[in-house]
Amino acid sequence: MNDLLVVTLLASGILYGTPLIIAGIGELLAERSGVLNLSVEGIMLMGAATAFWTSQSITEGPSWLALTAAILVGAFVGILVALILTFSVITMRANQVVSGLALLIFCGPLGLSNYLGTVGNLASSTGQHRLPKLDLFGLGDLAVVGPLIFNQDVLVYFSWILTIGAGFYLTKTRAGLHLRAVGEEPNAADAMGVNVVAYRYFHTLLGGALAGVAGAYYSLSISVNWVNNITAGAGWIAIALVILAFWRPLFVVIGAYLFGVVTSLGFTLQALGFKLPAELFSSLPYLLTLFAVILASGRLSKFNLKAPAALGLPFRR
Amino acid sequence: MLPLELRFERRLETAPWLGPSLPILAIFVALFIGALILWTTGRDPATGYSDIFQAAFTKPGALTATALSATPLVFTGLTAALAFRIGIWNIGGDGQLMIGALAAATSGVALGHLGAWISIPAMIVAGAAGGALWGLIPAYFRARSGTSEVLTTLMLNYLAPLLLGYLIFSSKSWWRDLTSPGAKVFPQAKTIPFDTFWPVWGADIAIPFGFVLGIFMAVLMQIVLRTTKYGFEVLVTADSPLAGNYAGIRTKRVFITVFLLSAALAGIGGASQIGDFTYRLEPRTLQFAAYGYTGIAVAALARYNPIAVVVAAFFIGGLVNANLSLQGPELPLGLLGVIQGLILLFVAASEISARYRVVARYKSRPPIQ
Repeated sequence: MNDLLVVTLLASGILYGTPLIIAGIGELLAERSGVLNLSVEGIMLMGAATAFWTSQSITEGPSWLALTAAILVGAFVGILVALILTFSVITMRANQVVSGLALLIFCGPLGLSNYLGTVGNLASSTGQHRLPKLDLFGLGDLAVVGPLIFNQDVLVYFSWILTIGAGFYLTKTRAGLHLRAVGEEPNAADAMGVNVVAYRYFHTLLGGALAGVAGAYYSLSISVNWVNNITAGAGWIAIALVILAFWRPLFVVIGAYLFGVVTSLGFTLQALGFKLPAELFSSLPYLLTLFAVILASGRLSKFNLKAPAALGLPFRR
Repeated sequence: MLPLELRFERRLETAPWLGPSLPILAIFVALFIGALILWTTGRDPATGYSDIFQAAFTKPGALTATALSATPLVFTGLTAALAFRIGIWNIGGDGQLMIGALAAATSGVALGHLGAWISIPAMIVAGAAGGALWGLIPAYFRARSGTSEVLTTLMLNYLAPLLLGYLIFSSKSWWRDLTSPGAKVFPQAKTIPFDTFWPVWGADIAIPFGFVLGIFMAVLMQIVLRTTKYGFEVLVTADSPLAGNYAGIRTKRVFITVFLLSAALAGIGGASQIGDFTYRLEPRTLQFAAYGYTGIAVAALARYNPIAVVVAAFFIGGLVNANLSLQGPELPLGLLGVIQGLILLFVAASEISARYRVVARYKSRPPIQ
C-alpha cells in the first residue's frame, strides 16, 4: 500500500518541501521585522556548499556527529552572510533590493558557492553522510501515514516544530507582538521602547541561519553531493511562498508541500515510465510561482492580508 | 563604551567628488576582499590578479575578447540602469536577453536570404521585440496591481532557458538543425546565413558591431532622458511618482513603457549574441553566462548613468573574459561573482555617503535639570 503513487508523490513532496519551509519561515520572520532579504537563494547555496564540505571532511566518528556539525556550519555561514546584509540595509540604510541582489551574486552560482565547490573539489567527491530516517515509535511501516509522518529525517520534524513555534511566537508572545509592530510601524514601536534595530538584526540573522540550514538539506538529504547551483531557484520560491502565504507560518507549510509535489512530479512520473519532455516538468514550479504571485497581488489582495507596512523601508529615528 | 558617537548628518549638496570616486573605491574594496579570499584558500592573489589583468587588457587579442564579452553587458547594463533608476526592479535581463536571442535567431534564419541590409536590422528589431515581450507580463501586472516584478522577472529568467532548451534539445522544432553533420552528434540550432553575420570593425582590436550599437543606444538613452519631454517625464516619475501624477504625467504609462524599453534593450543584447558571437541559438551558453545579473553590477558601478555603463561594461567585460579563459583550480570561476557582488554591495551601501556624512563627536552629558 505504501508504494501507491499518491504516497510516493506526497513523500517526495515532503522531501522537496522541507527546505522551502525552513527557508520560508526564516524569510517570513525577517520580512515581519521589515527587512526584505533577497539573498536567500545565495545563502542556501552557501549553506549547501559549506555543509557538504564539512560532512565530507569529517571521516572519523559516528555519522550523526558529522551531520550535526555540517548543519551547524550551514547555519553559521547563513548568519555570516545575513550579517553583511543587515549591516548594509539596517546600519547603512542601503537599498534592500540592490543589497540582496548583490549578496545573491556574491554567493550565487557564479560566486562564492561556486568558488568553494572548486577549491574543495566538492563536485567530484561522493557524499558519505545522508540524514537518516528516524523510525519514530517503530511506526514507519504503517499504511500511508507510516512513511509520511513517522519515518522522516530530523530536519523534517524540525520544520514542523519551527512552523508551530513561529506561529506561536508571532501571535502569542510579547516579543512576537513587538516584532510585528517593528514591521508595521517602526516609529511607533520605537516610541514604545522597542529596539527596532535590534529586532531587525536578530530576525534577519535568524532568517539567514534558517536559509543556511535549508541549503544544507539539499546536500545532506535531497541529493547528498554537490553540483553547482544545486538549489536551482528554490530560494526564490521560498521568498514567493512568504507572499503567497500572506506572511502566515502555517500557510507556508501548505504552499511548500504543494511546490514540493510539483517539483518532484517530473522525477516521479519519469520513474513510472511516462514520456514527456523534461523541460515541461522542470518549468512547473516556476510557472506555478509566476501565476500564484500574480494572483496573490490581484484577486486575493482584497482580503486584508497585506505585507508588513514597513517592509523594505529603512528606519530612521 | 567610548564616549564617541557616530552620527549621519545630511549633506546640503551632493559632494561633487563623490560621483566618480565611489565606483573606483568600490572596485578597489572588491578586489581587496577578493584577494583576501584567494589568499585564505591558498592561492596567490598577486599572480592571480596580474594574470587576470593581462588576459583582460594587455595580452595580444585580449582587448578583442574583452570587447566581445562587454557587448552583451552594455545592453543588460542599460536595461538595469534604465529600470532601476525609476524604481522598477527589472532583474529579468537574463530571460529577456534569451528570448531576444531566440527572436533574432528566428528572423536571421528566416530572412537571411534577403541580404545584410534587411536581415541585420530585422534581427535587431526582432531582438528588441522578443525582449519586450518577455517583459510584458511583469510590466503589465506591476502597473495594474503592484505585483512584485522582482519575483515575476526572476521566474521568467528560469523559464526562458527551459523554453530554449525544449526547442533545441527536446523537440524537432523549426529552430533545430536536423541536417548538418555536427547536429547529428549533438543537438544544435540552425545557423544564420553567412551574409547576416554582424560586421566587425578594426584591425588590431576587432570591435563587434553590437558594441558600437550598444554605445549608440547609450548615447540615445542619455539624449532622450536629458532633452525630450518623455525623458523629463521619466526623470520626474523616477524622483517622485506622486509629484508626476500631480503635474499631469501619466505615471502608469511611464512605468510600463520604461519597463518594456529596458526589456527591449536586453533583447537587443540577445540579438547581438547571435549576430556577433555564436551565429546560432546556444541555450546552454546563454544560461551559463548570466549576462542579466552581471548587467546589474555594471549598472550600479556606472551609478545608472548610460554613458558610464559603456565604460563599466568594458571593465567588467574584461573580468568576465579573463576569468573565463583562466578558470581552473588556481583561479576558480567563482571569483567572478565574488568581485561583482562585492562591487554592487559596496556601491549600494555607500550610496548613503552621497547624501549624508558620518560625523564622530564626543557624547555630551545630559543637561542637569
